[in-house]
Amino acid sequence: MTTLSRAETEALIAEVLEVYPEKARKDRAKHLTANDPGIEQSKKCITSNRKSLPGVMTIRGCAYAGSKGVVWGPIKDMIHISHGPVGCGQYSRAGRRNYYVGTTGVDAFGTMNFTSDFQEKDIVFGGDKKLAKLLDEVEQLFPLHRGISVQSECPIGLIGDDIESVSKKGAAAIGKPIVPVRCEGFRGVSQSLGHHIANDAIRDWVLDKRDGSPDTSTPYDVAIIGDYNIGGDAWATRILLEEMGLRVVAQWSGDGTLAEMMNTPKVKLNLLHCYRSMNYISRHMEEKYGIPWMEYNFFGPTKIVESLRRIAAFFDDQVKEKTEAVIARYQPMMDAIVARYKPRLQGKKVMLYVGGLRPRHVIGAYEDLGMEVIGTGYEFGHNDDYDRTTKEMGDATLIYDDATGFELEEFVKKLKPDLVGSGIKEKYIFQKMGIPLRQMHSWDYSGPYHGYDGFAIFARDMDIALSSPVWGKLVPPWKKTVAEEEVKEAA
Amino acid sequence: MANIMIRQADGGGLTFYLPKRDLEAPISSIEFDTPEKWGGELKLDNGGAYYIDPIARPPRLPVSLRARRLGAAED
Ligand code: SF4
Repeated sequence: MTTLSRAETEALIAEVLEVYPEKARKDRAKHLTANDPGIEQSKKCITSNRKSLPGVMTIRGCAYAGSKGVVWGPIKDMIHISHGPVGCGQYSRAGRRNYYVGTTGVDAFGTMNFTSDFQEKDIVFGGDKKLAKLLDEVEQLFPLHRGISVQSECPIGLIGDDIESVSKKGAAAIGKPIVPVRCEGFRGVSQSLGHHIANDAIRDWVLDKRDGSPDTSTPYDVAIIGDYNIGGDAWATRILLEEMGLRVVAQWSGDGTLAEMMNTPKVKLNLLHCYRSMNYISRHMEEKYGIPWMEYNFFGPTKIVESLRRIAAFFDDQVKEKTEAVIARYQPMMDAIVARYKPRLQGKKVMLYVGGLRPRHVIGAYEDLGMEVIGTGYEFGHNDDYDRTTKEMGDATLIYDDATGFELEEFVKKLKPDLVGSGIKEKYIFQKMGIPLRQMHSWDYSGPYHGYDGFAIFARDMDIALSSPVWGKLVPPWKKTVAEEEVKEAA
Repeated sequence: MANIMIRQADGGGLTFYLPKRDLEAPISSIEFDTPEKWGGELKLDNGGAYYIDPIARPPRLPVSLRARRLGAAED
């Protein structure tokens, strides 16, 4: 529970790096830094989006995970085929909790796993025939699906299957779009490249398919981009936008559909929540269709109010008035939450280590509760993410990129935060160290955390984690007795 | 040569974006910025400089272009 000075933070980094062999130390040193909120270009102090060091434990995913798991998976009325061996899809099935409305197996397929289940003979003789057969079967068994995406796993690229031609033939046969995605796991250094590949596939195979169809848009049409509806996030967001008088035409991609994506080129504004995974398509739509995009942040009342006003500024006075009314209506609810939880959470220190947008976006929500974020980092962020992060963090706070298991553990030991926000792989080690952890990838089976409704849940969850009585019971009874007896003897 | 994108910055002015390197930087000066000729040498506020072939009139922004780096890599 210490706030370190710049020199101390730097000393801590040096100390942690000491155990590495020289070459590894030099490499890792570039990924760790003490924050300087004054700088514009994060590149000066931190390197990111590089290959992880062999031999250390990192928690990055692969390009397939970025494409199938993050971007494409939540599109509920399409069937996403994990093309290759069965494990990649099955072990990640339904793990992200992208909620959706629909009847699973009939007109929605979000939590199901479709795979071509490669065997040795498919590797040896190629899997194109199998894929063609599978496309037929899918059409027969699930006639209400609106399209198929073929998500390549590692072997597809290695054996050189031609999924594009199979997809084209299949699409002509069933009269629905079939999208081949070249997201083999070995591409790139992390899941981040998978996001990019998935964005490009949407651009090439989906986005322009309704260009030239009659324009039925209104001046208030917007799209929510980069919200995966984890625990209902996109719904909590959508309510607010609709109350402002906007029409949400598409959700990318949580609870989203193929038709929504095809209609997106007609919206007036793209609202981008997860910059990392969907800035590519936003930039493309800005160039091709002239649709402006803006990043917003719906974590915590301070940032929500700020974002709502910035969104409203794109529209006319009617929307602006409604926005002020929305803000005024929710303010008492927010005040009540802050009044209830802030006294319990005030001054607590948090360390974050997550991916996507969270390492910077949730800082405001913690600050609304009087908590302080003393360290943050991205699993797979790029320079532009850190550019946006340095301003949000306090001076000399710790920033770590692609932290290894060892580094994270050491940092937590030294900084002694009251709460860690990270993933399932970090959860148990830190809990065993006696530090509460909230799993911030899929909100620890809770959520939503976006929007006003989400903040109520966020505040409650953080309080539950911190105030749980278990943290006082970490010393087992037999050890306690010894310690107590010693005290007695001494006395 | 690298693919770059130039877009209108939120607060006026132009932003330079180099996707390959996730480089986003404000453009501090552009050599030709008249209705008849647009482009040339771009100076970035981080010290870097790039060259784009001048075109006949200012394009609709944002625009993707090919650019050549002038001088050493900035960092
Ligand atoms: S790296 Fe390859 S084999 Fe592993 S999960 Fe990703 S696609 Fe599957």
